[in-house]
Amino acid sequence: MAEQDYILKVNDLKTYFKVGKKTVRAVNGVTFDVKRGKTLCIVGESGCGKSVSAHSVMQLLPVNGKIVDGSVELMTKDPETGEMRTIRLDQLPRSGKEMRQIRGKEIAMIFQDPMSSLNPVYTVGSQIMENLRNHEKISRKEGREKIIKLLAELGIPNPEIRYDQYPHEFSGGMKQRIMIAIAMICNPTMLIADEPTTALDVTIQAQILDLIRKMQREHGTSVILITHNMGIVAEIADEVAVMYMGRVVEFGTLKQIFTNPLHPYTKALMRSVPVLGMKKDEELATIEGSTPDASTVFNGCEFADRCEFATPECSKRFPVDTVMEDGHRVRCLLFEEGHPNAES
Amino acid sequence: MNRKQGRSSLTKRSLDKFFKNRMAVVGAIFVILFVGACIFAPLITPYDPTRLVPPDRELPPSAEHWLGTDRVGRDIFARILYGGRMSILIGVSSAIGATALGTIFGCIAGFFGGKVDRVLVTIQEFVSIFPSTLLIMLIVPFVGRSVPMMIFIFIITSWGAPMRIIRGRILSLKEEPFIESCRANGISGMSIMFHHMMPNTLGPVIVNASLNVAGFILSEAGLSYIGLGVPETVPTWGNIINAAKRLDIIQNTPMLWVAPGVAIGVFVLAINFFGDGLRDALDPTTR
Repeated sequence: MAEQDYILKVNDLKTYFKVGKKTVRAVNGVTFDVKRGKTLCIVGESGCGKSVSAHSVMQLLPVNGKIVDGSVELMTKDPETGEMRTIRLDQLPRSGKEMRQIRGKEIAMIFQDPMSSLNPVYTVGSQIMENLRNHEKISRKEGREKIIKLLAELGIPNPEIRYDQYPHEFSGGMKQRIMIAIAMICNPTMLIADEPTTALDVTIQAQILDLIRKMQREHGTSVILITHNMGIVAEIADEVAVMYMGRVVEFGTLKQIFTNPLHPYTKALMRSVPVLGMKKDEELATIEGSTPDASTVFNGCEFADRCEFATPECSKRFPVDTVMEDGHRVRCLLFEEGHPNAES
Repeated sequence: MNRKQGRSSLTKRSLDKFFKNRMAVVGAIFVILFVGACIFAPLITPYDPTRLVPPDRELPPSAEHWLGTDRVGRDIFARILYGGRMSILIGVSSAIGATALGTIFGCIAGFFGGKVDRVLVTIQEFVSIFPSTLLIMLIVPFVGRSVPMMIFIFIITSWGAPMRIIRGRILSLKEEPFIESCRANGISGMSIMFHHMMPNTLGPVIVNASLNVAGFILSEAGLSYIGLGVPETVPTWGNIINAAKRLDIIQNTPMLWVAPGVAIGVFVLAINFFGDGLRDALDPTTR
């Protein structure tokens, strides 16, 4: 029964890029899962592999990127028998028909930059319609009604008029609503939002997050939200995966991550976020050093050089995932069994 | 009412901009006048451009023959109108053909990239360095002079420019988020290429095509003048001037070469102004 509660399971996913003669290990053994109707936030700094993980799930990698290992499993309902079945997304041909049917229908995606995510030469209505009619057999008239209803649900004023307008007549926040409409029109089981609010100002950010949450509640969609903003995580996440250098270093529920961060990187991240009620002259903590180059080859923990708790052993061998009693998962030597600090 | 406004505002803005450009509007008016006059030639002039009336030969301009007659008594005004039909037809169909060919190859080259791109660009370079005039000179002795042959050669020698424009646009469009968004929605490659990318490239290509019309009309006139173009039985602007190779005609019947010369000059200029205006109106960077 517990199996059924998962929509997506990503297991030890490795996505490498070939850049010239170098191999960049953008995603290097990522494991996470998404529960039905829940929100998973993937956090991490720029270049840590958050977006590549999401794009690997959708098989939307550039030509030089390749999934070399691991598995991506999606649970879907068989359209004929209605039974639940598992699809190995990583084994489907990249631009084959099956993959195309999953994109937009089972898993939809919204992107960071709403300003250029819509085709400027078509009306927004026709772009939503294209996705709808691509995946569902529905007449134009019925489709139009359905779309206008969804636009109204998304808080777009005068949806009948807006339907026939072009993207340049919309503001950034409105465009992101249209992107949500395109993503949600086929009622996908999962929505991947790749930094959906980064390009918007703060008030609009809150509205867009509210909308994503509303859509999720009403349609039972699972959401993967990629962000580097801890505030957004606190607001929307059920579960959090913290990524660093192509690996998930810590995975747990929102409460676990925020009240009891285990990994030194997560701890450092938490300290670097400004909180209301801070003293005027209090300085925010920073993480020493900078993110290593993505093509660096490591012999041990990737964070060891910047870690305040690092021991000599840290740079000598790779830590393995340690699962705490409550399901909280951390990838750090300090918590591995047999380590002197393990009980802390 | 409101809906109509919403739908057309982009078009409206481009139109407004076009109408503000006076030269472009004048150009457009002349193009329309010429095309209209050529299409409705039988309503404007009662004369047959190919009928020989020897008694009326080399008449000066008069109320009956507005531009006079030529050496075999054909009305020059009628010949220019009917000749315009053929000249404009050659110009327009060659431009459409070259643009269509260039658009297809440009889309494929830009979209697939890699080897396909390299092969197509090499072919394009090879074709573009080959002058069409020379090719026509080489082919005419074997296949004879004909209008379709000429259009065909114009097309196969000049699809390079539109192809390069389209290819460049597609290469930059490939990186646009909305194309990635299309992929994320499961839209097929073919549909992305022709339905989503191509319409975004058409602005500059339409301009290029309109300027090409002028170029082809000039080429046709040049080739016909040296006797390699359209058969002499078909009147075109170039063919009419062809008669002006003789010294006595240049001296005695100036209308025979001045009139088609002016027609070519004015029409080509008008198209160029029209094309320039179109470019400014469609160019999003100057908005």
